[in-house]
Amino acid sequence: MPESVDDEASPRRPDPAQGFPRPLWRALDRIPVPPPFSARTWRSPLRGPWLTSVFGAVLLVGMTVVIVTGLMSFDTYAPWFGQAAPADVGPFHLPYYDQPTSPSWLYRLTQGLHVGGGLVLVPVVLAKLWSVVPKLFAWPPVRSLAQLLERVSLLALVGGVLFEMVTGVMNIQYDYGFGFSFYTGHYWGAWVFIAGFVVHVLLKFPTMLRALRAGAVGRWLHDSAAQTRPETDDHGTGLVAVAPSPPSMSRRTLVAVVAGGSGLMALHAVGNTVDALRPLAFLSPRGQSYGSPDGVVGPTDFQVNRTAFGAGIRPDIADSWALRLSGGRAPVVLTRADLEAMGLATETLPIACVEGWSTTRTWTGVRLRDLAARAGVPSPSTAVVQSLEAAGPFARVVLQGSQVLAPRSLLALRVGGADLSLDHGFPARVIVPALPGVHNTKWVGAIEFRR
Amino acid sequence: MTRAWRAFTRSYGANPLHLLALLGSFALVGGVLYHVVDDPDAELIGIWFLGAVIAHDLVLYPLYALADRGLAAGRWARRRVTGRPPRVPGTNHVRIPAMGSLLLLGVFWPTVGGAAEPVLRFAAGLDTAPFLDRWLLATAALFLGSAVVYAVRLGRAARRPVGTDPPPGTDPHPRTEGS
Repeated sequence: MPESVDDEASPRRPDPAQGFPRPLWRALDRIPVPPPFSARTWRSPLRGPWLTSVFGAVLLVGMTVVIVTGLMSFDTYAPWFGQAAPADVGPFHLPYYDQPTSPSWLYRLTQGLHVGGGLVLVPVVLAKLWSVVPKLFAWPPVRSLAQLLERVSLLALVGGVLFEMVTGVMNIQYDYGFGFSFYTGHYWGAWVFIAGFVVHVLLKFPTMLRALRAGAVGRWLHDSAAQTRPETDDHGTGLVAVAPSPPSMSRRTLVAVVAGGSGLMALHAVGNTVDALRPLAFLSPRGQSYGSPDGVVGPTDFQVNRTAFGAGIRPDIADSWALRLSGGRAPVVLTRADLEAMGLATETLPIACVEGWSTTRTWTGVRLRDLAARAGVPSPSTAVVQSLEAAGPFARVVLQGSQVLAPRSLLALRVGGADLSLDHGFPARVIVPALPGVHNTKWVGAIEFRR
Repeated sequence: MTRAWRAFTRSYGANPLHLLALLGSFALVGGVLYHVVDDPDAELIGIWFLGAVIAHDLVLYPLYALADRGLAAGRWARRRVTGRPPRVPGTNHVRIPAMGSLLLLGVFWPTVGGAAEPVLRFAAGLDTAPFLDRWLLATAALFLGSAVVYAVRLGRAARRPVGTDPPPGTDPHPRTEGS
């Protein structure tokens, strides 16, 4: 660390990192402090700007993907119909755009990346925080107004990422123990994190590049544990241990361990999406409830996020069921037999849940655009789908016109050739390409087509 | 202009763009607070936000650092007793599976610990009973795998004739520094 050596050699020369008022910072610097505030507390020879930059580079790319797909997720709920939470976000959203219905796997991809990517990054975030923990306790805590403000902004960064990880991880496991609305907390927490993340990248990107470029990028991966030495250039970061202990792990082992941890998380992300690999998601409860509670293997034996019991749907729903279409000159009421007589279509479409699981099934039913024509509104601007579910945030969903008119959008009566099971929305459910799972309304009772 | 810039940089501690970027960031956070402050959940969200930082930085981190000190103390004690380095260092064969196991436990705590049970049963008709067993099995598999690798490395080391071990501290990048 040439800088500090210089300082010791000529104590009169001001430390360039010290701003106004310099005497204050200098006085603070002279106070002897006990651990964990003294620099000698931090002994790992692995810490250094190169290691932190490796984790930082991974997070720069990974977090960008998770942030963008997360903000896209908000738009897929069509907030402009007043059906997203939080309801009023002011300018805090991506530009609103008509939701595409093709490719049908678009939402499956973006939401899978958001949830799976978030899980995979958990070990990287923990490793990155470990690598910079000496900075948290560094003495003096700041040496200029610039550092003071930067440390305040780190609260948004670190608090944001930890808050988003905790709420996200709890939500995908049905744990709402935090007591506030998940959507409200996770959405606003994301914007605080974005505020911290963007400014951190702006301020630290040059340091990251310098640390990675010093020597070859992989230079510090060659050493075995016994050969491991502290990094030679601190780049003014204060991360390299001043009193390192003998190494017990090499940098390549540490990087491999973090990658292995991400791999354990990736197993769950993949197992939530690929049917043949479901057992890999061995600790994930989402996507493991099946539509045939008695364990009967059949076409309706796939993931359920919300059972009929949970939605308050009684098993005798079919006895009096008829679909009510409105919006035209007069309401139209269609029995199941009427629907069957309309001419059924079969489409293979994915269903993807906001909590990250997804699957592909073959659905058979009446095209939504045929129902619109039957109701007397052949080109609706929107359609309001009403479930028989009495309460719940998704009992009523507005679809945009292009989603109703998309040729592959169905009011499904059957899946995989069998009638829908009660848990999958019997007698009829909506299935629209690239629409979030919760908006594919189950137990549909009425549809209102609006001009 | 340049002089003013330099004077600012000297007293502030970084160039003016640094301040501009941070002010932008604070403005964004301010905008979020403005929107969220009237929400009935605002207080609880704030508590969890700060709680997450405190829980990680001042509870979780010291705990795992302390646990790792235990392994370091074991290594130190061993050196004091035998005086010669181990044929194959065992520390990481405990450390790494423990890290994997604790990562799974931490991330899937609501499921493994059963906190998610009521909602899971109501919404999906599932219970969390099998998940504790699965986590225990995964933990056993991680430690078993690590033990097998350790045994293989021990066997290899035993077959290596004495004296051909690379001397500890061999440095592929010779440097002039003394440690």
